[in-house]
Amino acid sequence: MRAFALPSMSLRFVPVWRRNLLVWRKLAVPSILGNLADPLIYVLGLGYGLGSMLPQVGGVPYIAFLAAGMVCSSTMNSATFEAMYSAFSRMHVQRTWDAIMMAPLDLDDVVLAELVWAASKSVLSGAAILAVAWLLGLTQSFLSLWVLALVPVVGLAFGALALAVTAMARSYDFFMYYFTLIITPMSLLCGVFFPVDQLPPAFQAIAAFLPLTHAVAVARPLLLGEVPGQLALHLLVLLAYAAGGFYAATVLFRRRLLK
Amino acid sequence: MAVLAAHNLRKFYDGEEVVAGISFGIAAGECFGLLGPNGAGKTTTLRLCLGLTDPDGGTIELMQRPVPGAARAARERVGVVPQMDNLDPDFTVSENLLVYGRYFGLAERAIRARIPELLEFAGLTARAESRIQTLSGGMKRRLTLARALINDPDLIFMDEPTTGLDPQARHLIWDRLKQLLAQGKTIVLTTHFMEEAERLCARLAIMDRGRFITEGSPRELISRHIEPHVVEVHGDRVMEWADSEARALASRLEKSGETVFCYATDPAPLVASLSRRDELRHLHRPADLEDVFLKLTGRELRD
Repeated sequence: MRAFALPSMSLRFVPVWRRNLLVWRKLAVPSILGNLADPLIYVLGLGYGLGSMLPQVGGVPYIAFLAAGMVCSSTMNSATFEAMYSAFSRMHVQRTWDAIMMAPLDLDDVVLAELVWAASKSVLSGAAILAVAWLLGLTQSFLSLWVLALVPVVGLAFGALALAVTAMARSYDFFMYYFTLIITPMSLLCGVFFPVDQLPPAFQAIAAFLPLTHAVAVARPLLLGEVPGQLALHLLVLLAYAAGGFYAATVLFRRRLLK
Repeated sequence: MAVLAAHNLRKFYDGEEVVAGISFGIAAGECFGLLGPNGAGKTTTLRLCLGLTDPDGGTIELMQRPVPGAARAARERVGVVPQMDNLDPDFTVSENLLVYGRYFGLAERAIRARIPELLEFAGLTARAESRIQTLSGGMKRRLTLARALINDPDLIFMDEPTTGLDPQARHLIWDRLKQLLAQGKTIVLTTHFMEEAERLCARLAIMDRGRFITEGSPRELISRHIEPHVVEVHGDRVMEWADSEARALASRLEKSGETVFCYATDPAPLVASLSRRDELRHLHRPADLEDVFLKLTGRELRD
């Protein structure tokens, strides 16, 4: 049965990706400001406000600790949002996918394009927080530039998971569940705001399986000028989420749209 | 040479057979019409032919390639005008054409060179930089037709191309379709406008409940299935007249609401009978495709 075949991967996704880029370019300025404002408020508000009451966390000022977490959670939010709300609009509301599939492109090409696009947009969000961290002097190590290589992997993982959710969504309301039940808990459990080892052991065990934990475990040492431990393990977990989510999304979209 | 051939095509949805073993072949340069009431299976048949859904039985060849197996490659030579508008609302008219051309892997320069003639064809030259939201329904449909021609296709599928358009817009679309046929393009058209089918299609099939119930040229279908004359009668006590006099004079009678449709080979006796009935009003006209359609698919509503 074609429905469970592995996704076909080819460069045919590029024109679809370029379509999304062209739309984004028309709305780039408000889009960048919108993407940047939220994480920036967290970094500055919590970083300086809460940070002023805290001793050092993990050997660094709280705001520097937080900035590393925010690079990852901002990337996560951006990829998730794009692969849910925006992809759903294109698929279900505007019927853009239908139009594309009448051309010599398949659903697999469209899904791959959406995944790469969500990851591309999330790179901007992650990189913007990194730039802010540099401007505020929260990181001075050139090792932190390696975050730019990590961020696309984080974007692929969360974009893929979100696409699988989109494939099951009947309306925009459905996405609220994913945010409140998955994304928000992940932000709190995975070491963005405080070290994972502050959590009770049961929660630590759960956090060990969540993708954001592994993203933060790579990003934070890099921003603090250290080489991350267990780098291969963390990247493999992120890539596994990306691959698993992408396969699930492709199968679910086929069942939904090619029936 | 067949540009599209389907053999014993079947498709089930939730245990219901929506395409129930249809076979057809479409030759290059022909305009083939697929007629049927709502829910007859027309759109599903088009989706099957394009490889957008897998058949549960039967075979399809599109542009000499097996579908769904090689559907993507076959679509390189095909254009589609869908029933639902799916133009890109974030783009201008010419951006819609540019972006769509890229989906075919066409070179940027080739697309940009082609856009002016497509805009000209669609009567949208002055609207090249307009946003989609500012276009009328007729303009959007013309742009969708222009978009379907971006790859200079040999075969064009049109799913109800004039539904929802006013007469001016409809005639303009018909005129453009005739131009395309004159250029040697093949067109497969679904519609429930009989006038559209009669004007454009050399051959058509009437589809109902997933089956082709008849097939032929519009003239053939009329002469095969229906008497050449129709007298439509309405007015006070028309039903009484129908039962007492008309039944003997017409070869067939149909009652629909307050109107009686009398079908006859020789209409003179009917008209003579009506001339003695001042309370009845009538319209005498030649039989058309719509009469065939209603005879074969019934008069009851289908939504």
